Amino acid sequence: MPNRALFSALLRLGDDRLVLGHRTSEWCGHGPVLEEDIALTNMALDLVGQATLLLQYAGEVEGAGRDQDALAYFRDALEYRNALLCELPKGDFGVTIVRQFLYGVYSVLQWEALSASTDTTVAGIAAKALKESKYHVRHAGEWVIRLGDGTDESHRRAQAAVDLLWPYSGELFMQPADEAALVASGVTADVSVFEAPWTAQVQAVLTRATLAAPDVAWMQRGGRSGAHTEHLGHMLAEMQIVARSHPGAKW
Amino acid sequence: MSADERSWPLWEVFTQAKDGAPHEHAGSVHATDAEHALQNARDVYARRNEGISLWVVPSTAITASTPEDMGPFFDPANDKAYRHPQFYTVPRGVKVF
Repeated sequence: MPNRALFSALLRLGDDRLVLGHRTSEWCGHGPVLEEDIALTNMALDLVGQATLLLQYAGEVEGAGRDQDALAYFRDALEYRNALLCELPKGDFGVTIVRQFLYGVYSVLQWEALSASTDTTVAGIAAKALKESKYHVRHAGEWVIRLGDGTDESHRRAQAAVDLLWPYSGELFMQPADEAALVASGVTADVSVFEAPWTAQVQAVLTRATLAAPDVAWMQRGGRSGAHTEHLGHMLAEMQIVARSHPGAKW
Repeated sequence: MSADERSWPLWEVFTQAKDGAPHEHAGSVHATDAEHALQNARDVYARRNEGISLWVVPSTAITASTPEDMGPFFDPANDKAYRHPQFYTVPRGVKVF
């Protein structure tokens, strides 16, 4: 029996990683130094790999014959369920690193919780992804400190990145109503409980980086219900063009 | 600023393929500090299952022999075949590596 709630939950998990992975992949060949170019591309591949597993499972759960490629390449922006944070343009290196850090800390908390999922497929994906995401946090966290506590210019840009991205962080912790039964049965985890540990971990690094989280009265939202920024459509156009121009093509 | 002042220091990277194996030189990376060097080494030299352990060493900490040393350093070993162990027979029961 198709499980609509689980399908939706898997799309939220998978779309976050797919969209952030694609944004990170935009650095391929454009990294500030060779080592960082490779590091960012590695992390993009980690994220796309996580998305592949999640969307593959989503397709199985949906039971409508869609595989991970159909879900990635043949859905429009309205059908994507990623958080807005993931779809914002990659910006400068500061924006990319700060986002990688903010999302990475969240992702580790999520994978830790999902490693104990009563759904063995979800638990298996989470256990594999957890190791990757822990490294993403280590990498990005060091960079946040290096940039924030670096030169005047790197501090200015890192602080601007925090100011830009912070209003998009709240959406990560908004628990969708249709997931209550899944949370109750231990299949998925309530994201709202991640907010306190996330804030503590992020603040600790920001403090070391001499950066400050802005006072934000209202958090951006909409991605989880398909109301995206204008950026996602442009990103998907580029990401999907080959698959849509040559449907069914193999190489 | 000269190009040298703008670029990050160089670190030599050593990877260990498996437990008990020696750390072997894999290459080098640029990095601002030791942790950064370790991460760059991981991303550049350990992403295809190359190893289970990494060392990074500031390139400036390495003292290397020079081409001029070649004669006095290495030539005297040329005619001293008796330093090789092949003249010994390996007793039965000893595991051959």
